Amino acid sequence: MPENNQILELQRLRKVFGGVVALDDLSFAVKRNSITSVIGPNGAGKTTVFNLITGYLRPTSGALVYKGSFLKSENPHRMAAMGIGRTFQNVQVFADMTGLENVMVGRHLRSSAGIIVSGLLPSFLRSEEKQVTEDAARCLEFVGLAQAADKPAGALPLGNQRMLEIARALAIEPDLLLLDEPASGLNSRETIAMGELIGRIRQKGITVMLVEHDMELVMDISDNVAVMNFGKLLAEGTPREIQQNMEVISAYLGE
Amino acid sequence: MELGVITDWLQFLFMGIQRGAIYAMVAMGFNMIYSSTGIINFAQGEFVVLGGLMMVSLTMVLGLSLVFAFFVSVAFVTVVGILMERLTINPVKHPSVLRLIIITIAVSMLLKGGAMCVWGKGSHYMRHFTEGAPLDFMGATVMPQTLWIIGILILLVIGYVVFFNFTMTGKCMRACAINRDAARLAGINDRRMVMLSFALSAAIGAIAGIIITPLIQMDYARGALLGLKGFGAAVIGGLGNSLGAVAAGLLLGTIEAMAGGYVSSHYMDAIALVVMLAVLFVRPGGLFGKSEEVRLKEF
Amino acid sequence: MPLKDYIGFCILICLVLLMPHLMVNDYYLGVLVFAAFNCLACIGLCLLMGYAGQISLGHGAFIAIGAYSSGIFTTAFGWSPWAAMAAGAFAAMVIAMAVGIPTLRLKGHYLAMATLGFASIVHIVAVAATGFTGGPAGMSGIPGLRLFGYPLDSDLKYYYFAWAAVIIGLYFAFNLIHSRVGRGLRAIHGSGDAAEAVGVNTAVYKIQVFALSAVYASVGGSLYACYVNYIDPGPFDVMHSVMLVTMVAVGGLRHLWGAVIGAVLLSVLPEILSMAAAPLRGIGIAYRPDYDILVYGGILLLIMMFLPDGLFAGIASAGRSGIAVVKKYARGGRIAGK
Repeated sequence: MPENNQILELQRLRKVFGGVVALDDLSFAVKRNSITSVIGPNGAGKTTVFNLITGYLRPTSGALVYKGSFLKSENPHRMAAMGIGRTFQNVQVFADMTGLENVMVGRHLRSSAGIIVSGLLPSFLRSEEKQVTEDAARCLEFVGLAQAADKPAGALPLGNQRMLEIARALAIEPDLLLLDEPASGLNSRETIAMGELIGRIRQKGITVMLVEHDMELVMDISDNVAVMNFGKLLAEGTPREIQQNMEVISAYLGE
Repeated sequence: MELGVITDWLQFLFMGIQRGAIYAMVAMGFNMIYSSTGIINFAQGEFVVLGGLMMVSLTMVLGLSLVFAFFVSVAFVTVVGILMERLTINPVKHPSVLRLIIITIAVSMLLKGGAMCVWGKGSHYMRHFTEGAPLDFMGATVMPQTLWIIGILILLVIGYVVFFNFTMTGKCMRACAINRDAARLAGINDRRMVMLSFALSAAIGAIAGIIITPLIQMDYARGALLGLKGFGAAVIGGLGNSLGAVAAGLLLGTIEAMAGGYVSSHYMDAIALVVMLAVLFVRPGGLFGKSEEVRLKEF
Repeated sequence: MPLKDYIGFCILICLVLLMPHLMVNDYYLGVLVFAAFNCLACIGLCLLMGYAGQISLGHGAFIAIGAYSSGIFTTAFGWSPWAAMAAGAFAAMVIAMAVGIPTLRLKGHYLAMATLGFASIVHIVAVAATGFTGGPAGMSGIPGLRLFGYPLDSDLKYYYFAWAAVIIGLYFAFNLIHSRVGRGLRAIHGSGDAAEAVGVNTAVYKIQVFALSAVYASVGGSLYACYVNYIDPGPFDVMHSVMLVTMVAVGGLRHLWGAVIGAVLLSVLPEILSMAAAPLRGIGIAYRPDYDILVYGGILLLIMMFLPDGLFAGIASAGRSGIAVVKKYARGGRIAGK
């Protein structure tokens, strides 16, 4: 397979719920190591795209090409194993577990202890546990949440929970990271920090795809923007191109 | 010889319809509460037991007339149902599914224990609704009580359809079942609807208990199995679909009676449960529903 | 495993060693032996309900599978009780997987009813399959256990042995929840979707923990069969499955210590109630053991309505606020002293 600079390509994706067409022949590509934003009005089908890529939904027709080969419709955990990480629009941290434990769950695929070993030996006797703890702590530190390591995740403020979700997704060492509205509910200071974090994630060689409503953030950090409306691709291009696109402007301003 | 085969078959069929009618009623009771609250009431079987035992006391001990005793028994169990909702379901805000399940289990233990204290551990005999010899139908015998059961089931189904389609209260209950928030915005008192669903569900359970008691001799411990099989009927018919539940209840009763007659009477009770499990595994939306709908519902 | 859980283990071991000296006779020791069997089943059930968030109203069936395996393999095939226990655990594991694969796809109420149905079926089979189980009459002559050649032939010996088994089972469970597997389970409980997103195979994990909890229950059942040497279907009815859920819920779903507390408390409760019968009769209340179910139901209802995280959480939070008050006064004292 020739070296391809696309990590992901959506080919004529279509998704129908009951009688409602959520996605209609959607095609676009995500460049390796880019930051690609998907924007559009509410109900445009942005989260559906994410759910299709990560295996939570199956396309009615169409295909996904990831790293040069077709993605079979598989369970979400298989997608994680293939290097696709994600966060959720409505934050889903494991509320009863500490910040560090949340991220340690993210190391699941990079460790292997099963029921028997786990039950027989306490964690301080197993080197794998030590490694997992260290890796998780590093991820927490990367997003700037080292202070939340021992606090129950459910008690953290929303901004920290969003950061924690990202730390957890980074812990799987993804090649492609999907962030679903990472800045929603954040104040302006937190949003700036989020933008800065996304930039640092890209510097690690990870491709970032995000759905976001905060246009300032999107235009600031994206290499590429895809605009969706009613399940269709309305426009695609650099932030500058999108900002000057009359169709996009009318879709957002409603004629 | 030929006739003997048919006679046997008919006998099992009548037996099945009679059992199935009870499962159908229990299933309707499950559906009422489930539709309005999303709760499966694990005490549903106890309503049946209470109805039956109350009827026994009123008719056999106090010697009241059948009709009067019938209404008093139903009213009694209805009050129990309302109390259950007011005292244990209503006060709990934002409960998890697990917590609700355990609460209704606790209520069922209390009702079962209460029934045992009042009526003891023995089983109770009650005379049939009407005297008279069993009818003969192509060699198979039909108890007049079986006809009563079928008749009352038909009346209940008609009443059910009329209530939910042609009365304001019934329509409000349906609206609550479909979308509680929207119903509340439209001015429906949703909490009252929940209470009403417990009342109706208890009443149906009581009626089932009253009409079956002459045939099975009621005791305090029967609730669990009756409830479980009734739930099986509700699942096979598609949870929330009461007419489906009636068909499923009759089907389940017939399968059970046939299996008991032709295969093994020891395993008769197990067969209904195996059918229920099989349906749960293969078509959790029930035989008459679409399986996708269940997945969309929140549990 | 956090330090405070090690302290918990120390307290538990001290209590286990202390109890026989407080007992007036072997009868009460026997009650505590039965409590140990329930404890084992409840530890497994707590892993399933509290940590993986799956309800089972069918664990009495796995106790029955353990007990009947011990009974059948020792009496009919002449196996050693240990081999029979292992066979029972294996059978419980396999059956749990077979039942679990379709069942655990179900959620909430469906899962509860499906497991309840399973428990009823097992009970019906235990009554009806007279050739294997002896039917309602039961089977007797189940040999007792021998540990390294020494027979566990007194209540006291069996008491120590059964509670050692509980402590080992508890230790295994505690290690598990603070491991990769346990984090995966707790993650499923927190958010199944998010757990999948980081690569946890939720379906496999649910089945594994269901099988593990079945093994706990089965071992409890085997130990029971070897202790009483006689089994009949009576104790393995649906009510027992419901009792196990009651124990775990009363003690506290969210914590293994809760399961232990709930199991012990509700196992000894009938004895406490029967002891209370005499003074109650003094004030004109004739209490009979038949009323136990009312007490159980009442306790369960009250706990679920007013203390939904169970007794252990209640005790723990009371303890925490007690410590906070003491600290506050200590600090206040210092400031006043300045």
